[in-house]
Amino acid sequence: MKKVTVAVALRESILDPQGVAVKGGLSQLGFAGVEEVRIGKRIELLVSDETTDAMIHEMCQKLLVNTVMEDYRFDVEEVTTV
Amino acid sequence: MKFAVIVFPGSNCDLDMYHAVKDALGEEADYVFHTETSLEGYDGVLLPGGFSYGDYLRCGAIAQFSPIMEEVKRFAAEGKTVLGICNGFQILVEAGLLPGVLHRNTGLKFMCRTVELKVENNETRFTSDYAAQETITIPIAHGEGNYYCDDATYAMLQTNRQIAFTYTDNPNGSRGDIAGITNKAGNVLGMMPHPERAVELLTGGTDGLKLFTSLVKQGAHHVKTTV
Repeated sequence: MKKVTVAVALRESILDPQGVAVKGGLSQLGFAGVEEVRIGKRIELLVSDETTDAMIHEMCQKLLVNTVMEDYRFDVEEVTTV
Repeated sequence: MKFAVIVFPGSNCDLDMYHAVKDALGEEADYVFHTETSLEGYDGVLLPGGFSYGDYLRCGAIAQFSPIMEEVKRFAAEGKTVLGICNGFQILVEAGLLPGVLHRNTGLKFMCRTVELKVENNETRFTSDYAAQETITIPIAHGEGNYYCDDATYAMLQTNRQIAFTYTDNPNGSRGDIAGITNKAGNVLGMMPHPERAVELLTGGTDGLKLFTSLVKQGAHHVKTTV
């Protein structure tokens, strides 16, 4: 099996209002020097060994990510089944 | 005219939509469940507001895989009328029937209030009963109504006159104050405000009714020209 971790974030060109609000919170807490906060989501998939990167890209582009507003990247990890 | 009101799990404006068509407009309407696969006999399809599939993943992202949506796509490709309101608009963009995307309001809040819209294009089948640049009052109720598209898409929307409604005082950060757009062919309209909630004086106004009467006129015209 393989574990795929997909990181999804709003594209750089799009204002992330959640990130802006959280940045305001951090500076209120006294953390100076936080330039930017951007919030995304993480999707974990457990897939068979036959699943190719091309298939994962297809899953991302067809459903997991809306590429009009979001960017993504993913990492693949080998998982040894006990 | 006979309208199909599509009911997804989590739709919550389906009753308002049905009531607007049946009682305020005086036309026929049926509820069509998302598991159905035929729209045979209908002149128009209405995708209501709500939180289909709990807004899981993204608003409208899962609803596009409902069995009925293949038929809605076919129906739209034939040039028939498809109207998506609020979550219905989100479903239409996720399904690729309209360009762009709807994301979080810039103020992060779910906004439930009555707003002013401008009719940007009254030469569509959805807006012909409105005057050009008419200002109307319609309720909104959404957390993810912030319309976004890239520069090329925005230019295309302007060139093809696909922008049907804009906000006079942008409540959610939408690009170009966009409140509602049509597809290039003009037979699919998506909008975040709720015209189906503005069809009776008793509940605050009738500015939404003209959208539905426009459709009926267009429908009657269509029948006349095809006979």
